[in-house]
Amino acid sequence: MNDAFGSPQSVLVLGGTSDIAVATVERLVADRCRTVVLAGRDRAGLDTVAKRLRDAGATTVDVVEFDGTRTETHEAFVQDVFARHGDLDVVLLAFGVLGDQERAERDPTEAVRIGMVNYVGAMSVAVPVARRLREQGHGTLVVLSSVAGERARRSNFVYGSSKAGLDAFSQGLADSLVGSGARVLVVRPGFVTTKMTEGMEPAPLSTSADAVADAVVAGLRSNATTIWVPATLRYVMSVLRHVPRVIFRKLPV
Amino acid sequence: VNHRGETTLDASNELLSGWCRTAPSRARVLRPTDAAEVKAALDDSPVRGVIARGLGRSYGDPAQNAGGDVIDMTRMSGLLALDLERGLVRASAGTSIDDLLRWLVPLGWFVPVTPGTRFVTVGGAIGSDIHGKGHHKDGTWGAHVHAMTIQLPSGEVRTLTPGDTPEEFWATIGGFGLTGIVLDATFDLIPIETSLMAVDTERIDDLDRLMARMSEGDEAYRYSVAWLDCQARGASLGRGVLTRGDHARLDELPAKRRARPLRYKPEIVAGAPPWVPNGLTNHTTFGLFNEVWFRKAPRSHHGLESIPAFWHPLDAVRNWNRMYGSNGFLQYQFVVPFEESDVVRTAVEQVSDTRIPSFLSVLKYFGPANPAPMSFPREGWTLTVDAPIGNPELPAVLDRLDERVVEAGGSIYLAKDSRLRPELVPALCPRLDEWRAVRDRMDPDRVLRSDLSRRLRLVNP
Repeated sequence: MNDAFGSPQSVLVLGGTSDIAVATVERLVADRCRTVVLAGRDRAGLDTVAKRLRDAGATTVDVVEFDGTRTETHEAFVQDVFARHGDLDVVLLAFGVLGDQERAERDPTEAVRIGMVNYVGAMSVAVPVARRLREQGHGTLVVLSSVAGERARRSNFVYGSSKAGLDAFSQGLADSLVGSGARVLVVRPGFVTTKMTEGMEPAPLSTSADAVADAVVAGLRSNATTIWVPATLRYVMSVLRHVPRVIFRKLPV
Repeated sequence: VNHRGETTLDASNELLSGWCRTAPSRARVLRPTDAAEVKAALDDSPVRGVIARGLGRSYGDPAQNAGGDVIDMTRMSGLLALDLERGLVRASAGTSIDDLLRWLVPLGWFVPVTPGTRFVTVGGAIGSDIHGKGHHKDGTWGAHVHAMTIQLPSGEVRTLTPGDTPEEFWATIGGFGLTGIVLDATFDLIPIETSLMAVDTERIDDLDRLMARMSEGDEAYRYSVAWLDCQARGASLGRGVLTRGDHARLDELPAKRRARPLRYKPEIVAGAPPWVPNGLTNHTTFGLFNEVWFRKAPRSHHGLESIPAFWHPLDAVRNWNRMYGSNGFLQYQFVVPFEESDVVRTAVEQVSDTRIPSFLSVLKYFGPANPAPMSFPREGWTLTVDAPIGNPELPAVLDRLDERVVEAGGSIYLAKDSRLRPELVPALCPRLDEWRAVRDRMDPDRVLRSDLSRRLRLVNP
């Protein structure tokens, strides 16, 4: 159960090796969280994270195989995790790929892969997760969206469109859960310096996994439904959304 | 799907929270009007269990049950038997202290225990084993219960008494509603000659003097409590207003009041607005409030006060909990043995130093504990602090205080809790396993569950 401060006791991480997810869970474990389920494809990477979390004080750390693109497994996966661990106070949907934009413009399989992981796969697992949260009458689904989904950019519109789909889905899901005791927290980071963006030139207002994790923890403590990281991006994006396209596509963002 | 199908009971899905408006969860709320409907509500209960709820005055989450059923007992209100010779009453579990006082004060009887609000039910008073300003003389609510009728999840209805069924009786007193659903209780009353309180009020400039004054003089009074200014710092640290008194005798009333000595008219004078911004309750506003409260108290005064003014001042403002804004607040209460009074000083210092805005902190000393394994009050100093959610240092300050309380061999009032680490519960409740064993006997299928029991792992998984 979440406590009066919005501190969870248990968390399921989808994409358990994501830098943002790891930084977030480390903060939750340092507080009240004692049960962590790490789900993902990289078994060795997950085991390393699991060991760190156990050392940090988590009493139950479970590593589970999960592939965002294998949507046919999602229903059973969610059922199994909730059956074995009982209530989960927070589900952190953190898996995703940046993909290769240039390749995706030439090769439809790359475009489909990006859409499958970031949008279709995320939606597929969010549906049974939301149902379980609704049934347990409490809990938060945290969705890692992106400002890239707020307006498609020439430089990464395939990734951006997948996040736009996920973001729209998550907002609707949040509305559908009003009154259920469960909620959705949509997180829209800007450019985050992580292993996903390694080798890329940081965009203006770039941020770190630690900063995103701090914002997620603060978001769990508040009644927020959508947060931007850094927070100023909320206002930057609300301006950028309205910039005429002829100008927008020439902006260095 | 968790829920069974149609039911004839009035039922609705609701988001419930405690009085502090934190950590809401959704449950199906059933509103039985008689014992048969309570039994029907328990038969074929949902996977996520059932808990009873009264008037929702518990500060934290003991009367909510995420994803399960919550049985609202407030439609089961009324007196079933009244013995004015012996001062004994049998009342339905949903009867409020407000109702009891309206009915009984004009007849010359007072409830054995009342907390700071009269909007609590008989069932809630049992589940939290409530206490009041008279604990050092009268003990808790549970100490005055002679018998109760309890509906067990198995369908069985039992009468529990301290003589015939001591284990089940005392496991239910302070048992968070997790042993069964109390249908009614028989308890004793206090005879009163008048509806007024004879009260001595003193303003005392620091914590040491306040504690010394209470240690010396409290035995002479039936009721005693001190309000502390937790905002005051330095030499004024822990300054407070000590109020002590008893029910006024007829001969203490001025001549013109003697004609109707038992007149009782509690009033609600105002309501909090439905929306209050977060942050209105901050260090400055509370500092100001506490300053005024302290200054307006007389240095020393003897006088008569009404029952609502002495016992339930906050009830005059309907929904006063909303004044904390939508973030809500919490109430933290601990008890430590008399020789560990340093913990009280540390707590007051911490609240003062970290500028946590606290409104009406309360210091009292408790008399001996009763036999209930999970009942909170035990001999020692008890400090109660309110604090709005939002101060970034508050979680860590309370975590550190928890540790001090454990080291001192004290306890924390779990029925008010909303943020304790469950790891500490066994240390704070040394008789937890004994209680669990009796509880499991009364509810072997673990039907009775609440957000509190899940969060603090009170019930064996």
